[in-house]
Amino acid sequence: MSLGQPYGSLKITGGTLFDGMGEASSNPGLLIQDGKVAALGASALSASAEQSFDASGCVIAPGFIDLCCNLREPGNGQKGNIATETRAAAHGGFTTVCASPETSPVNDSSAVTHLIRDGADSRGAVRVLPVGAITRGLDGELLSDLAGLKNAGCVAVGNGSRGIRNARILRRCMAYAQTFGLTVMFSPENQALAADGYAHDGQVATRLGLLGIPEVAETAAVMEMLLLAEETGVKLHLSQLSSARSVEMLADAKRRGIQVTADVAMHQLCFTEDALAGFDSRFHVRPPLRSEADRKALVAAVQNGVIDAIVSQHHPHDSAAKQAPLPATEPGLSSIESLLSLGLELVDRGELGLAQLLAALTTGPAAVVGLSPGLVAGAVADVCVFDPTAHWRPSAKTLLSSGHHVPVSGRDLSGRVRLTLVNGHPAWADAG
Amino acid sequence: MTANDPSPNHLQLTREGQLRHFLTLDGLNRELLTDILDTADSFIEVGERSIKKVPLLRGRTVVNLFFESSTRTRSTFELAAKRLSADVLNLDISTSATSKGESLSDTLLNLEAMASDMFVVRHSQSGAPHFIAESVTPGVAIINAGDGRHAHPTQAMLDMLTIRQHKGGFTGLKVAIVGDILHSRVARSQIRALNELGAEEVRVIAPGTLLPRDVESLGCKVEYDMARGMKDLDVVIMLRLQNERMEGALLPSEREFYRLYGLNQAKLALAKPDCIVMHPGPINRGVEIESAVADGPQSVILNQVTNGIAIRMAVMSMAMGGQMAERQQKQMNSEGARS
Repeated sequence: MSLGQPYGSLKITGGTLFDGMGEASSNPGLLIQDGKVAALGASALSASAEQSFDASGCVIAPGFIDLCCNLREPGNGQKGNIATETRAAAHGGFTTVCASPETSPVNDSSAVTHLIRDGADSRGAVRVLPVGAITRGLDGELLSDLAGLKNAGCVAVGNGSRGIRNARILRRCMAYAQTFGLTVMFSPENQALAADGYAHDGQVATRLGLLGIPEVAETAAVMEMLLLAEETGVKLHLSQLSSARSVEMLADAKRRGIQVTADVAMHQLCFTEDALAGFDSRFHVRPPLRSEADRKALVAAVQNGVIDAIVSQHHPHDSAAKQAPLPATEPGLSSIESLLSLGLELVDRGELGLAQLLAALTTGPAAVVGLSPGLVAGAVADVCVFDPTAHWRPSAKTLLSSGHHVPVSGRDLSGRVRLTLVNGHPAWADAG
Repeated sequence: MTANDPSPNHLQLTREGQLRHFLTLDGLNRELLTDILDTADSFIEVGERSIKKVPLLRGRTVVNLFFESSTRTRSTFELAAKRLSADVLNLDISTSATSKGESLSDTLLNLEAMASDMFVVRHSQSGAPHFIAESVTPGVAIINAGDGRHAHPTQAMLDMLTIRQHKGGFTGLKVAIVGDILHSRVARSQIRALNELGAEEVRVIAPGTLLPRDVESLGCKVEYDMARGMKDLDVVIMLRLQNERMEGALLPSEREFYRLYGLNQAKLALAKPDCIVMHPGPINRGVEIESAVADGPQSVILNQVTNGIAIRMAVMSMAMGGQMAERQQKQMNSEGARS
């Protein structure tokens, strides 16, 4: 299988099929033709195809969907661009990524949205869905042209990782977005409480003398946003939760029928504040990695569906951004390529079911942005085939992202993506 | 899932357990801390000679790399290095390269090109000495002279030396640290040292706004009331209160702080009669300590300064010794591989 080679048809045999509707089953045969799932089962097996792929030992799933990815384009070419980061996404099994509005210039106008879409059309390896900036320049003061952003193709609007300081403006943002049926995506953080912090306000920050971001910086913002969403009726998506208390409030809001969804970054499910011991600047992330109790509650929330999606929160950086004393470094990990492997470690340890992991990477995020993935006849052929037991080691050689600050380095990971199809065409194919 | 080795020891100790950097007291055991104190004791005698020099660091270049200004700490490091016969270069970086936009990594590359053997680093950001130790070429020792709120290990060790001189040891001691614990790298290192050396009880006495989250996890008890906190004390350590703490609603006023947490003779009388009074300096008379106490018979504040030179000589010579031993080991290994 080679990249970018158009072909008429492809037959995938063997392996386990996760169709995105329920539990996994053994693959009855999958025929892909003209960018669509043409047939499943006996008719697929008997059909003749130009190419075939033996997926024995592999899992076949709908392509993964990432609700939070920084492609760094336009404006941050030294950290990455659409070409490099969408190839990294395909390597990670993703076929769709939502592009964060935190670019330079910020994606707060239809012109920037078009720029991103044009870049994705000409140089992107996977589908790119832009998320618009709800306030101009992400400054949290003036509304962006939300109708214009929607018409230009933004699937949602949000304020990137920056909060909106003023509750009155936040309320108006929600009410205005609701007018157009736009989903709002917010990273809940009370800026006054987070202040200059960059680490979880807990034992590790206390021992290392790091400036803390208290848990209440998140929970106070979650509560405020839930109340305002309830009042304005907007569809609210909470991005990158980090604390157990936030999960409780989210579950309660869902029970009460508030239109709210939420995601969590994979690194929040795998690491805790302990990762900062030794001042490891890779784990300077925002929101910060919190306690083991928080981590467990977040994993449980993915398992029981309270949290809808797992995201990469991919933040490729140039080396200078991380080569400094921890407080002076920029937050974020280059995470999209190792996400699946980290998720499979949770599955191996029995903390998360494989079906739940895959749902949080496919149907869960799809519902947030109005997609309906599934490996059924007639569906668009966005497919990920991975071998859960095959090993690989993240390194400058194996990573396609421009950012090399990965959460795990120097050891093998299980779970290798063999084939990623976007619209039926290979966006990533494992050479071996 | 741990991302990396959480103990700093792989960085600051050689494989044989010798010091090669001195970044934090975390992970250093009682034996090594005692070794530092004993070595410092032996250097105190050097300071009493008419010619106050030993040749342990002769031909070595020590660079005092101060990204944050300091007079006393820098001068004691300078004196310590000179008494060990090293060549000393003082760089006040806070007013030079980094203010011109040069990154810390680039500054270091330039300094390494001058073939230095040791950097004494003070920096306003927690973890800066760790970062430097990870990025310098092997063979260059890094000594932490205070980083952010994280650690000030030589200050804590000179305080331990002072306590040992006056109390004979640490077993059974009750020690309180009073004042701005939140912003204090000194307090963090002191609590760690006192716990490792076997003090019976470490108390922190401060209002809630000046205590870090989960401070008890460092190995101390919290006391809001100073009168209760002074009871049965063997040692009371006062911390400096920065003026800017009145901003941002950490404290209402210096006056209220002094009334509640300032050390005066009446409060000192609540401790054991032979309780010693310490302060890492510089003192704010009338803000955290009354002059009559600071200059009184129980005060050992000036001893601390003298001990500072001996401790820094000890740490510098031990770290250089560790670096040398490691270099020899590597040479032997490579020669062994060749023959």
